[in-house]
Amino acid sequence: MALISRASSLFQSNLRVLETAVRLAGTQAVPQENKQPRLKKFAIYRWDPEQPGQKPYLKEYEVDLNDCGMMVLDALVKIKNEQDSTLAFRRSCREGICGSCSMNINGTNTLACLCKIDDNLSKKTKIYPLPHMFVVKDLIPDLSNFYAQYKSIEPYLKRKDTIKAGEQQFFQSEADRAKLDGLYECILCACCSTSCPSYWWNSDKYLGPAVLLQSYRWIIDSRDEFAKERLDKFRDEFSVYRCHTIMNCTTVCPKGLNPGQAIAEIKKLMSGLWKEPSKNSSTVPAKSA
Amino acid sequence: MFQVKHIRSLINSINRLYVRQRVCGFKVDVDKRNQTAKHSAPSNKANYSIVDHSYDAVVVGAGGAGLRAAYGLSNAGFKTAVITKLFPTRSHTVAAQGGINAALANMDDDKWQYHFYDTVKGSDWLGDQNAIHYMTEEAPKAVLELENIGMPFSRISDGRIYQRSFGGASLGYGKGGQAKRCAAVADRTGHSLLHTLYGESLKYDTDFFIEYFALDLIMKNGKCVGVTALCLEDGTIHRFAANNTVIATGGYGRTYFSCTSAHTCTGDGTAMATRAGIANEDMEFVQFHPTGIYGVGCLVTEGGRGEGGFLVNSKGERFMERYAPVAKDLASRDVVSRSMTIEINEGRGVGPKKDHIYLQLNHLPSELIKEKLPGISETVHIFAGVDVTKQPIPVLPTVHYNMGGIPTNWKGEVIVHQNGQDKVVEGLHACGEAACASVHGANRLGANSLLDIVIFGRACALNIANISKPGQAVEPLSADAGEVSVSNIDKLRNSKGTLKTSELRSKMQHIMQNHAAVFRDGPTLQEGCEKLSEAFKLQDQLKIDDKGLIWNTDLIETLELQNLMLNSMQTIFSAEARKESRGAHARDDFPIRLDEYDYSKPIEGQQAKPIEQHFRKHTLTEMNDIGKVHIKYRPVIDHTLDVQKVKTVEPELRKY
Repeated sequence: MALISRASSLFQSNLRVLETAVRLAGTQAVPQENKQPRLKKFAIYRWDPEQPGQKPYLKEYEVDLNDCGMMVLDALVKIKNEQDSTLAFRRSCREGICGSCSMNINGTNTLACLCKIDDNLSKKTKIYPLPHMFVVKDLIPDLSNFYAQYKSIEPYLKRKDTIKAGEQQFFQSEADRAKLDGLYECILCACCSTSCPSYWWNSDKYLGPAVLLQSYRWIIDSRDEFAKERLDKFRDEFSVYRCHTIMNCTTVCPKGLNPGQAIAEIKKLMSGLWKEPSKNSSTVPAKSA
Repeated sequence: MFQVKHIRSLINSINRLYVRQRVCGFKVDVDKRNQTAKHSAPSNKANYSIVDHSYDAVVVGAGGAGLRAAYGLSNAGFKTAVITKLFPTRSHTVAAQGGINAALANMDDDKWQYHFYDTVKGSDWLGDQNAIHYMTEEAPKAVLELENIGMPFSRISDGRIYQRSFGGASLGYGKGGQAKRCAAVADRTGHSLLHTLYGESLKYDTDFFIEYFALDLIMKNGKCVGVTALCLEDGTIHRFAANNTVIATGGYGRTYFSCTSAHTCTGDGTAMATRAGIANEDMEFVQFHPTGIYGVGCLVTEGGRGEGGFLVNSKGERFMERYAPVAKDLASRDVVSRSMTIEINEGRGVGPKKDHIYLQLNHLPSELIKEKLPGISETVHIFAGVDVTKQPIPVLPTVHYNMGGIPTNWKGEVIVHQNGQDKVVEGLHACGEAACASVHGANRLGANSLLDIVIFGRACALNIANISKPGQAVEPLSADAGEVSVSNIDKLRNSKGTLKTSELRSKMQHIMQNHAAVFRDGPTLQEGCEKLSEAFKLQDQLKIDDKGLIWNTDLIETLELQNLMLNSMQTIFSAEARKESRGAHARDDFPIRLDEYDYSKPIEGQQAKPIEQHFRKHTLTEMNDIGKVHIKYRPVIDHTLDVQKVKTVEPELRKY
């Protein structure tokens, strides 16, 4: 504490100048007045449900990249703040973990907060909502079907015993835990499912890559005891088998996951020719318990 | 003019969409709404369609705290509704990285009493020790419960949950070295926690009202009888009558220009409480996380330092050894943030402008980084262009958490302070970052927030099950209940003002960033108070370009700005009033802590100061007069729940 007060009093006069510099440095984008403006065109899909009879249209906006963050979401926020506050899109974390801002940018499904703006000023960046989804407004799709499909696969731990919660940890070896890597990180952004042509044509009956990946996450979790029942629910023509390994899903996943492979593993398990996933139902007491 | 019949036809077309999905083989209700909801005759707001609902319990917010409260209530048989402006897994709990504290002793000889001591010390003796006792004693059970419902914790060789070192955690009451208490899922613990809780909540019969923006609490004679909300999808106003309301709306990081918080962290619940006449507590305590990425503000977990990383200045010096000789880089967050700011102010910052610090992880084995810190490796690569196995990460202290919020007792019941006594507000509970139990006091330890949300979310559900029964009669709302919410929306939509929401928001954020930063002082705070009061008045001139009612994000951002304004006013005015330094509130003009005794000397022979003359007390701020903040105080609770289990930790000098 003495050190802090000594340091503060010594640099009192310079403190304000330096502190301001620190604060300004922490800002998103510092406009560089001497540079020529780097104007980038954005063509954004617009549709207002409250204008009866209106057809969707592309609206163009121009943004100076010198005064904008590096991600497409930064450009969208800047357009909304400065040019057109009616532009509607979902966004929250801006760091690629919540999955709100999934949309189709220059033909590819991705998260706007992780998609860097292409520096090439002669090209327009085209922004559309996720493909083949009902659009509520502008870039906002209706994801109710997607969420309902997620609920239908029972995305929670299912066991045949009933232990009292909170007293023991379930044993899980490091090897078994490693099987969940590449599966639990899914943020439910729907980029994969809405990039899948099979999901476009049969979204009511085919579950789609995201939901199937999550189903596989529970099937191979060594603590879950209902693998067989989970797989049996898929024994029809549509739930899993509309996957034709098109692999758009893996190509677009903004988190680098591989839904196509997860679906292949599900098919292998359903065929009965490969080994059942290893399970371990034992519990381990905490040392402090 | 947009009329009720247009809204009704829109609802019908959307409903037809859901019916189509129900027919195609799904056994789930896509559009699970309260079947007894009914349209009430619109009051004087002729162009707004009002829908009434009745529930045993309503939870506002679906992050970690909200979901835990919701399924706890549903499990106990209560007809529960959850109102959330985001789909649950988008809530900001998902971005938490480091882990969740619990004295499981999987990797050392930890005891929950040590966790209790660390939390009280971390709070700089402003935390209420009964609530901290409750939280730290229940912690092992809560974490095991999460594991039992499927949370994929990282593991050690004997199959137990992996626990890492984290800030402010010690064995032996600060004397036994670093404790490994933070149970983790790589560096994606919050993501994993929220997805696990959401999956679990789908087992229960809870009605989710997703993308409904909560507007106000409905109060009747000092009792909370419900909530009003705006449906984004079709612009209808919904009134929820309930015997029990739980607020779990999170923090308000977006009052600052640079923060680790999401765009949606706008303090809606704390603002709703203010408008309902309930004072908020300890709003001046804003935590600056030491390691937010320089420029963007994205979070780099404390786990980076927990796994062996450390901070270096321009001289390549591991400077935390000077400021916190024992804990070094794993000292409490306020200590580290202040140390980093001093280093920069004294000219030892890095980069061309010498305005930030490096977090060095490249000396760690790359397999360790890949296994334990994969999430931040990716984040740092995307946003700072840095390969963590080869280069240090540029970081800066960034606004991260609000210790303050709606005051509650240790059971989660919201309280007001009248005539020197704490009095429970009937029908209202709060939990999570929106609440102030207070377990974090003047500064929160890392990994205690994920713990706070599940413990107190559960505590609210348990308490409600204790004090009320499912199916108890819910008094119907009066015809004009919630009218003030509708009037506010109508006024905004028809405003003839000229000021853009984004401009006023940016103005407020810069005032807060410049005047209420890591180090504060009287003149800067006073100037900030004046500037913010002027900005507050400018709200009358706000204009909205989007005149619609469906997904009107312009309107929503303006409502959020109103909420942010209330939060920022209370923060800066209470900071100006607190003339001492404690925890995260550091003042150059009042650099020491002012307690009832001078704890730097033996207290024998000292006279205890009366509460008016010291600052070991909670700040309470209310804004019943528009644009004016009234401040009063209430004492800190020092007694624990059971002295046989753990005794009160007496204040002492706080050194790491």
